[in-house]
Amino acid sequence: MSTRAGARLWVAQRATAAVLAFCVLVHLLTIIYAVQGGLTASEILDRTQGNFAWGAFYSLFVVAAAIHGAIGLRTVASEWLSFRGKAADAALALVAVTMIVLGLRAVAAVVL
Amino acid sequence: MIRPARSHPGWWAFIVHRVSGIALALFLPAHFLALGTAIEGEANLEGFLRWSERPLVKIAEWMLVTLLAAHLAGGVRLLILEFLPWRDWQKTLAALAAGFALAAGLAFALAR
Repeated sequence: MSTRAGARLWVAQRATAAVLAFCVLVHLLTIIYAVQGGLTASEILDRTQGNFAWGAFYSLFVVAAAIHGAIGLRTVASEWLSFRGKAADAALALVAVTMIVLGLRAVAAVVL
Repeated sequence: MIRPARSHPGWWAFIVHRVSGIALALFLPAHFLALGTAIEGEANLEGFLRWSERPLVKIAEWMLVTLLAAHLAGGVRLLILEFLPWRDWQKTLAALAAGFALAAGLAFALAR
């Protein structure tokens, strides 16, 4: 990978980190609020179904987490497993796309 | 004499951030698949939530929430170190990160 591409990944990792700092804080507060008195499917779906503000929030959260997670795993694979190069980059891309597809499917499941 | 890297607070901050990141990346697809069960109806999600009430699953949930809080706090610490000229605050921030992670984990544990 070229230096420029490496620098782009570094910037993407920090930019997604900044987005995630906000999203994770909101998510943690929502978790702590939502688990009061136990979790039920109807309670979760009442909050999310048809609520496109939550839908937009979670979609942004999913995309940022997928990119951030895949870049992080790529670094770990390179440093701890010596797995790097084109094969590692292809695996990174596959991980990111899989996480985005699964994540947006989950958002659709609770919002639509 | 040079101190071994592992006795340095920065090494612990690094290892907590890395291990929590790996755990969260591995957990994320399972989280998305669990929420995705709502696609086939509320009853499926409800069935999953009832399954998640087992003690071992609750312990795993508590650990994941704590890891999420730890990764958030450690990540914010990194962003501050990289983008703001506050390096002298490193140890204070590491301590705040640990405290915040513990507080969020305990809040979740006490609420359920």
